[in-house]
Amino acid sequence: MNIVVCMKETPSITAVKRFTADMRLERRKEDAEINPFDEYALEEGLRQREKHGGEVIALCMGPVTATENIRKALAIGADRGVLVTDPALEGSDAIGTARALAAALQKLGFDLALFGSAAADSYGGVVPAAVAEVLGQPLLSFASKLEIADGRAKIERAAETGYQVAEAAIPALVSVIQTINVPRYPSMKGIMQSKKKPIDTFSLADLGVDATLVGVAGAREKATGSSPVDTQRKGELFSGNDGAADRIVAFLVEQKVL
Amino acid sequence: MRFSPEHEMFRQSIRKFVERELNPHVDEWEEAGAWPGHAVLKQMGALGFLGLTYPEEYGGQGLDFWYTVIFCEELAKTNCAGAPMGITVHTDMCTPALAQHGSHELKRQFLEPSLRGEYVGCIAVTEPDAGSDVASIRTRARPDGDDWVITGRKLFITNGAQADWACVLARTSDEPGAHGMSLIIVPTTSPGFSVSRTLRKLGNHSSDTAELIFDNVRVPKANTIGEEGMGFILQMRQFQRERLVGAILSYSSMEKVVRETIAYTQQRRAFGAALIEQQAIHFRLAELLTEIEALRALCYDATERFVAGEDITRLASMAKLKGGRLSREVTDSCLQYYGGMGYMEETPIARAYRDARLLSIGGGADEVMLGIIARQEGMLPQKTRPRQG
Repeated sequence: MNIVVCMKETPSITAVKRFTADMRLERRKEDAEINPFDEYALEEGLRQREKHGGEVIALCMGPVTATENIRKALAIGADRGVLVTDPALEGSDAIGTARALAAALQKLGFDLALFGSAAADSYGGVVPAAVAEVLGQPLLSFASKLEIADGRAKIERAAETGYQVAEAAIPALVSVIQTINVPRYPSMKGIMQSKKKPIDTFSLADLGVDATLVGVAGAREKATGSSPVDTQRKGELFSGNDGAADRIVAFLVEQKVL
Repeated sequence: MRFSPEHEMFRQSIRKFVERELNPHVDEWEEAGAWPGHAVLKQMGALGFLGLTYPEEYGGQGLDFWYTVIFCEELAKTNCAGAPMGITVHTDMCTPALAQHGSHELKRQFLEPSLRGEYVGCIAVTEPDAGSDVASIRTRARPDGDDWVITGRKLFITNGAQADWACVLARTSDEPGAHGMSLIIVPTTSPGFSVSRTLRKLGNHSSDTAELIFDNVRVPKANTIGEEGMGFILQMRQFQRERLVGAILSYSSMEKVVRETIAYTQQRRAFGAALIEQQAIHFRLAELLTEIEALRALCYDATERFVAGEDITRLASMAKLKGGRLSREVTDSCLQYYGGMGYMEETPIARAYRDARLLSIGGGADEVMLGIIARQEGMLPQKTRPRQG
């Protein structure tokens, strides 16, 4: 089975976030890591490979420096890596990203394309759906369990009071959530083998993607501002016996606690 | 470049392991007085973390000692010193002589399963009447046909209560002093071997420490590491690695303590300002970080020479001496800045303070390190040279 795991390079959750003048997240190589949500997709890919055989490809769209994080995916166990990189891709929104990834998936060919449920830097969560749309293939989203049998992918999707079951014929796209598995650590052997595994690079021209449809040029969405979360603690003091209890109750109702 | 991308990848892997597999359990282990050696080592063995520098033939990774440096730096970020000590006793204190000088058969029998994490090892040198003065040990291995019959006691043995085998330093002839000793691997299932008691300690609570009794324990002579009579010399070499590892663990855990203290004093307000704004405090913390970096540089220098195959007795002794002393200073100063909170069991600095005291004693006390350094520097007249230890 050909399994492609789509992964993004994101700044580590603990890194201080800064923005460029045009409101794009400033990405520093030293803060970059594999989007933590994608680790579950990679793990699932490896588990499916262990069950059904085949190959796991780690596919990443990003700057040239993202090779290092692809290498990490190879250390964890992917067989080879593919980096989609092109100056024209800079500033892509979710749709632009989906176009590039879809073209790469098409070029690679796949039975199963796995995604994390979102990226830890933007939380858009729409790329898997957009890729499915571009490819005209089914997406089984937010899987907490995945089984492949008889040419079909079957997932469980957690719902408030139980879970839904959905299935589709493969090739299919599946996005996974964190309860699906526990990602493994790169073993020493995996780390040493990772430098011998191949990483291919695709440009937009290689993929035949029109540069005006991606990057800043093709973005339909534009970030216009950002502000830090106000973490200042504010206290309100209710004192005395005179009506304090009523005011506390009113406050709790106002905060929707009661 | 000292660290390659593979080194860095390994760092992240071990860091994650510490965060996910060790730290969540530390409080429980501290309470229980032991870390679950078999369970933890099994996990680490599967990841190939246990035999970083040992031959691949026996399940090791055949890598350079810089991997061990990273291993120790990250292991030191565990929220206690006990479990990392138990782990490194297994990986770098009881196994180096076996890996370097043990026979093929002996390595198959003990090193290989230890690197897989199936066996827990311990190093049994110290005795009730001989600690840093290693040359005065009394445990005796009497030859009997193809066997040794061992009688004696070993004290303060890390991992002693759960080990599957012990690397025992014993007298194998009547020659006095440092001569006539051998390093012998003793399975703890051998009849006559027993753990007389586990010991309650000031710190390192998550590490089990035991007294071991050898009452006519019979093991094959083939369990001797290297040549008979070479035990003292082999142990002195094994100590170099133990001391360097101890020093690396120390600077990295000290750095963690200082950084936590910086965060705490930035947040804690007194006299109308954050505590860190007190010059006495930020000067002191800056000073301590400087000393920690100096110790790191010393350890890196020692590592470079160790990797190049040089004898690092002098530098490893200096590093461990400095590590022990600086650990006491760092934890004492930092605890002070936590004030009353620092004296509370729930604050990590309290544990760090207790745990820090060991390094100046274990693996050869500060005074032994000073003696070695003085001897290495040729300070003393020949006949009054202190014994190597």
